[in-house]
Amino acid sequence: MGLQLKMQTQQHPLDLKLHEQNGNKRKYTFIQAHRAWLLKFLLLWILLMAIIGWCIYSKMDADTKVRRKEILGSLCDQRARMLQDQFSVSVNHVHALAILVSTFHYYRNPSAIDQESFAEYTARTAFERPLLSGVAYAQRVVNYERDRFEKQHGWVIKTMEREASQVRDEYAPVIFAQETVSYLESIDMMSGEEDRENILRARATGKAVLTSPFRLLGSHHLGVVLTFPVYKYKLPSNPTTEELIKATAGYIGGPFDVESLVENLLSQLAGHQAILVNVFDITNSTDPLIMYGNQYEEGDVSLVHESKLDFGDPYRKHQMICRYHQKAPTNWIALTTAFLFFVILLLVGYILYGAGKHIVKVEDDFHKMEELKVQAEAAHIAKSQFLATVSHEIRTPMNGILGMLGLLLRTELNSTQRDYAQTAQACGKALIALINEVLDRAKIEAGKLELEAVPFDLRSILDDVLSLFSEKSRHKGLELAVFVSDKVPDVVMGDPGRFRQIVTNLVGNSVKFTERGHIFVKVHLAEKRKSTMNGNIETFLNGGSEEIVHKSGSYNLKTLSGCEAADERNNWDNFKHLIDDEEFFCDASTKKVASNEFYEQVTLMVCVEDTGIGIPFSAQDRIFMPFVQADSSTSRNYGGTGIGLSISKCLVELMGGQISFISRPQVGSTFSFSADFGIFKKNSITTDVKKLNFEDLPSSFRGLKAIVVDGKPVRAAVTRYHLKRLGIQAKVANAVNKAVSLCGKNGSLTTGIFQPDIIFVEKDSWVTGEDGIFGVRQLDWKQNGHIFKMPSLILLTTNISNDEFDKAKSAGFSDTVIMKPLRASMVGACLQQVLGTGKKRQLGKDMPNGSTTVRSLLYGKKILVVDDNRVNRRVAAGALKNFGADAKCADSGKAALEMLQFPHNFDACFMDIQMPEMDGFEATSRIREMERKANEEKKREGNDTKSEFHIPILAMTADVIHATYEACLECGMDGYVSKPFEEENLYQAVAKFFKAKPITSIDS
Amino acid sequence: MYSVALLQRQLVEYTSSLFQEGFLDGQFNQLQLLQDESNPNFVVEVVTLFFEDAERLLNGMEKELGHDNIDFKRVDALVHQLKGSSSSIGAQRVHRVCIAFRNYCEEKNTEGCFKSLQEIKQEYTLVKSKFETLFKVRGWNKSFLPQGVQLLDGE
Repeated sequence: MGLQLKMQTQQHPLDLKLHEQNGNKRKYTFIQAHRAWLLKFLLLWILLMAIIGWCIYSKMDADTKVRRKEILGSLCDQRARMLQDQFSVSVNHVHALAILVSTFHYYRNPSAIDQESFAEYTARTAFERPLLSGVAYAQRVVNYERDRFEKQHGWVIKTMEREASQVRDEYAPVIFAQETVSYLESIDMMSGEEDRENILRARATGKAVLTSPFRLLGSHHLGVVLTFPVYKYKLPSNPTTEELIKATAGYIGGPFDVESLVENLLSQLAGHQAILVNVFDITNSTDPLIMYGNQYEEGDVSLVHESKLDFGDPYRKHQMICRYHQKAPTNWIALTTAFLFFVILLLVGYILYGAGKHIVKVEDDFHKMEELKVQAEAAHIAKSQFLATVSHEIRTPMNGILGMLGLLLRTELNSTQRDYAQTAQACGKALIALINEVLDRAKIEAGKLELEAVPFDLRSILDDVLSLFSEKSRHKGLELAVFVSDKVPDVVMGDPGRFRQIVTNLVGNSVKFTERGHIFVKVHLAEKRKSTMNGNIETFLNGGSEEIVHKSGSYNLKTLSGCEAADERNNWDNFKHLIDDEEFFCDASTKKVASNEFYEQVTLMVCVEDTGIGIPFSAQDRIFMPFVQADSSTSRNYGGTGIGLSISKCLVELMGGQISFISRPQVGSTFSFSADFGIFKKNSITTDVKKLNFEDLPSSFRGLKAIVVDGKPVRAAVTRYHLKRLGIQAKVANAVNKAVSLCGKNGSLTTGIFQPDIIFVEKDSWVTGEDGIFGVRQLDWKQNGHIFKMPSLILLTTNISNDEFDKAKSAGFSDTVIMKPLRASMVGACLQQVLGTGKKRQLGKDMPNGSTTVRSLLYGKKILVVDDNRVNRRVAAGALKNFGADAKCADSGKAALEMLQFPHNFDACFMDIQMPEMDGFEATSRIREMERKANEEKKREGNDTKSEFHIPILAMTADVIHATYEACLECGMDGYVSKPFEEENLYQAVAKFFKAKPITSIDS
Repeated sequence: MYSVALLQRQLVEYTSSLFQEGFLDGQFNQLQLLQDESNPNFVVEVVTLFFEDAERLLNGMEKELGHDNIDFKRVDALVHQLKGSSSSIGAQRVHRVCIAFRNYCEEKNTEGCFKSLQEIKQEYTLVKSKFETLFKVRGWNKSFLPQGVQLLDGE
């Protein structure tokens, strides 16, 4: 319940943050903001384009129409003009005839013209009047002159109906006629209504006049009759109508065949088929009389052009109307153009719309993804927080369990109960370790894990790791060994805890998955590996390989236990080079020292080789993923969570290295990782080294000599390595008898005799060459003429049964049996026992445990505890006093400020964060402000600027969320401790700033 | 001799029952470890301080919750204090109820607050009686208390 609620409260600020982020990122683009308008825009666009297309079409169409109209107009006008011209030419000629008649008929006496000459003349000049079918001259005859006239000509005046004319006022009988109209002779022109009118009008105006159209007598074509007056004498310049009538002598006239006239004319012109021409007499505007053309003929009614015709008779009005025969053809060009335009723009619009939609979609997706990302990140943070909280919450009851188990174990228990309790305690510890691992993982993922950089002895750490697993490996009968190259510096700078964690994890895995064979940890410099890999083997081969006498060739000599290992590179062939190489460099030790000084950093290569079940190929690529094991059956058979390797990977990467592995199923795996470590400069901080719990190896064995009898060179090299650390010079023989010969040979060759003080015999070698041991004894005995003492025989073994042990004792290994895995300190202890060097090792006695370390750090320090809670204050003060510190208390931030006014003599301040009035953050800020001012003052006074006031302030807080820690640092605090105090946590926090300025006086 | 062993046994059993029932947690062990020759009455002293504090705080809470419009911030501050104190002496059941109480305060859940207050009172009374029994069995009692407990705060 409590946990859930707590989680809720922690979740709260997270949500807020998430919300804020969302708010900030919600910046929509223009398109995004107007997404609803997209479709409307498209429709609007289509509409607009349609309108524009229509406009284009209309404009083009209008253009063609105008052109058509213009063409029609020009054609029509042209026709009208031509018709008019031709007409007027004829009229003029008739006029000329009139003048001819008046000149020769009336002015001459007697008349120069008779019917014959008139007919001939007119016939001969008929080409001049193509429009007139013929001309005739009618004389004006008044009624009283009729008889005389009739007698003169010998005929009676007839009417149009060819009857003798009745009595009238006036007559106009034709006297001269062209032959074409000779039927008109003697006919009174005034008897026809039309003609009479014409005559009267012509006489009155003195000009040519026209009749309205009518069917002509001969041709039945539509035509008009033209009439001219002929005067008897010359008229004054401006004659009146009476004068004109009086002077009138007769009339000349002729019918115009308008229809054939127009027909002829049109047929001469181009394009006559395209247009339809009508000629009208519109003297009476309400009733136009057609002169030419079929009025009812179909044509393009929409377009009409009218042209005025002037035939020279002001009384009559004529008009020509032209139309196209056919209607205007559909304007395909305009239509296609407009349509294509529309289609193209429609497509453009659609493309834009599509693009817009796509953008909107992409942006939507983008926003969605961003949200998901934020959620994922939030979930990730929440997960880390959850892990941290849960782990924290689990740890609390676990501490209770462990504490209670501890108490339980202190009570009187029978052996079974004790066993149960111990098992429970062990399990609890394992659980705590697992929780810590999970926490580690979460921390690494959050990037909050920081590595220490402290000097540490790599070899002793590796020995420690081995000792952890010695029980298990012995139980399984595994060879467990470590080998560190001599080139690796004794002390390196780095994070020993994390390094130990990685190696422990790898070795732990190996132990877990290996049932036979060996586990071999090897450390060397990464650069060195390269040089051996490059194959410069010959150079190093000379280095002293004859020292090691062994039978090479057989495969099972090549690894530590003889079992095949996955990584071929680790077998003896390569390993030999490594050692030789080392020795080569040892010879040139000055060189080595020189070269080492140049590097600030050294890269170490650590290999952990086992001969276990290996990793299936299918699982090899996900082996470093958290919570993944090779397969589900693995966890069933071997247990474990599978988080170890992923943590190791992270840690290795934090150390600037890489982890990799080679594995063959059923053969074994070799994990190797590289890591960067700083080189520790011994002269820099000598005092600190003492504090580190370096393993002091006893130095009493320096100068001793030993022979290692081992058939397996790798194992022998490991033994030699441990002996070397103890200062024992060792030689290797691969069999017991070889060892004997080694003694002899060396004894004879060298100046001194190689007299081994100790002989280490590997159990395998002893079993194979059992008899030889006695040989050693006896040989030594024999040769021992002037030699002091017999070498001690020590048996090296992984596991030994009681029988074998007895046998070994009887065989001469009375001295001791060393159980592997070998560790320098353990070998040292055994040797001390065997050789009786007597000096008890000081180790362990002054191994400081955590509490005393905190004590040593805090002893005598004056510390101010600031907390508003009395109980908390008291407990904190009690705890600090328990660690030897001199604790003072302040119950509020203000009180603390007062107590920390200069000068004060506090060494540190523990500050609660949540306090009424002035919380820990504010109090710290004020204290820092105060210190800053004081420092400035000091500077101004010119005092020593090096020692600035800066009291270490540690926050005391119940929640260990990282955010709080950051807030602490922000306001000037130096760190934080959890409340209530946990010793380890307290030590870490305090060590951090007391290390910065070590005060030697308090070293206990 | 026998009776001493028996008594010791009873003491151990009683103490572990306190742990088992969840009244106390590892912090009380820590507290016990802090008690040494130089500070022989440390545990009693701290626990007494806790009792005084807790009673004051509980009264305060009751008073605050008695108002018509409750100032949850002030209640929260009081609960926070009690939470700190209880966590310091390892009275984890009180501590747990305090956490829940604070959540109710944050939600401004009056009903939950009242419920929590009752729970806290109950837990407090329980733990107090347990402590008293424990101290009686151990032979620590208030007479050992230095009179100037308050002086510690005055510094």
